[in-house]
Amino acid sequence: MVVAPSDPDASAVTGGPMLAVTDLHKRFGNLEVLKGVSLTARQGDVISMIGASGSGKSTFLRCINLLEIPDAGEVRVDGELIGMVPVRGGGMRPADSRQVDRIRSRLGMVFQSFNLWTHMTVLENVIEAPVHVLGVPKREAVERAEALLDKVGIADKRNQYPAHLSGGQQQRCAIARALAMEPQVMLFDEPTSALDPELVGEVLKVMRDLADEGRTMIIVTHEMRFAREVSSEIVFLHQGRIEEQGPPAQVFGSPQSERCRQFLATSQHAAAG
Amino acid sequence: MRFELFGEYFPDLLSGIPMMLQLAGLSLFLGFFLAVLLAVLRTSGIRPLEWFVRGYVYVFRGTPLLVQIFLIYYGTGQFDLIKQSFLWPVLREAYWCAIIALTLNTGAYTSEIIRGGIEAVPWGQVEAAKACGMSAWLRFRRVVFPQAIRQALPGYGNEIILMIKSTSLASTITLLEVTGIARKIISQTYAPLELFVMAGAIYLTIVFTVTRIVDWIENRLSPELAGRRHVEDAEKDLASVH
Repeated sequence: MVVAPSDPDASAVTGGPMLAVTDLHKRFGNLEVLKGVSLTARQGDVISMIGASGSGKSTFLRCINLLEIPDAGEVRVDGELIGMVPVRGGGMRPADSRQVDRIRSRLGMVFQSFNLWTHMTVLENVIEAPVHVLGVPKREAVERAEALLDKVGIADKRNQYPAHLSGGQQQRCAIARALAMEPQVMLFDEPTSALDPELVGEVLKVMRDLADEGRTMIIVTHEMRFAREVSSEIVFLHQGRIEEQGPPAQVFGSPQSERCRQFLATSQHAAAG
Repeated sequence: MRFELFGEYFPDLLSGIPMMLQLAGLSLFLGFFLAVLLAVLRTSGIRPLEWFVRGYVYVFRGTPLLVQIFLIYYGTGQFDLIKQSFLWPVLREAYWCAIIALTLNTGAYTSEIIRGGIEAVPWGQVEAAKACGMSAWLRFRRVVFPQAIRQALPGYGNEIILMIKSTSLASTITLLEVTGIARKIISQTYAPLELFVMAGAIYLTIVFTVTRIVDWIENRLSPELAGRRHVEDAEKDLASVH
């Protein structure tokens, strides 16, 4: 078993990648969704994954924290390899569920549909995992949660239930919930796709602030302009493979692949319209 | 109608209430834990366990409670193996036979109610709990179960009421709860109408009280759904009008 350095800044010192995904494969039945995708994120990288629906970008993100179990490939978080064992009849499964839980606690995830716990208030949502997973004393967790809610601009909503919030407020709460774990990497799975157009901006602003702070982020998104402005790297996925990859200026400015060019032309057209 | 009987025998019938509440209370308490266990096994995704629970529920829902009580009270005495075992001191007591039958029965029904609650918890919320690094047990305890119980409570209130009324069947194996006492007095007075009217009134009063308590708990447990919301919505509507 690989032992991880517990100090979150360790990799910044050693210079190793914060997240390293190697040759990930995933199939659902006969449909091969990921055909060998690799990705490396260093401390402070903001990587946006773009591509058409069904290109595998959400599946890839969900494989990183094992919400989907990949069939083959490796995931390392801050140098620690997630141990997998093969299963009969192909594929693999996690060797140790406690290691999976521990790795997940270091990866913050934000979902398209927010997925707040509806029986808890905003504040309770944010302190839940720090208190029960990390064992942070409740008072300390509340203090930190209030600071985070302030940061995402919904401090006044802290005693409300999610059902009473707008979509944008719910998503900002979900971001605060993920941040409360002080994750090493933030994973965003189409965080604005379920929002009314007028609410997209407030969520993107919060994400932009996080990027400016130097957080390591992997973002699956359809917001092309946002991706271009915020990202250090763009990954274009097509039918389960990386088709184009590079700095935003390169991918958006002079894409090498014909498919990427077509995709950008249609989506930018859609964004303009 | 012999009205003088009401005053004469009502206190006797009231003296059966503690037995009724014990039978209902203890078997509901034990049956609830059994039900949670069964519901967890039923939703575990482990095939043999799921089939075991399906079979259990099928048998206990598919046969009359009265038959179950008779089988446990009269049936177990037929086996020397049981008579010689440590179980016999328990199984020869009508009281414990009634408790066991009621517990196994309510366990079957309640497990289905709780299963419905568990399956109603949106999968996305479970995924969010996973993504925070919560273990399976923590996810169940903090996210799934609290919501499943809220969801299940109206159905469970119904089950509580059915159980209170089912305790009357315990009178068939010599237990003197309200119905048992009524039957005993009827055999002396030949006044079934008066005594069963009184017995019925007692059940009605207790069920009414329990219904109110369940409603109250329901409101307390779901602050995100109850009263407040309607008040707030009404306020919002008013605000938008002005």
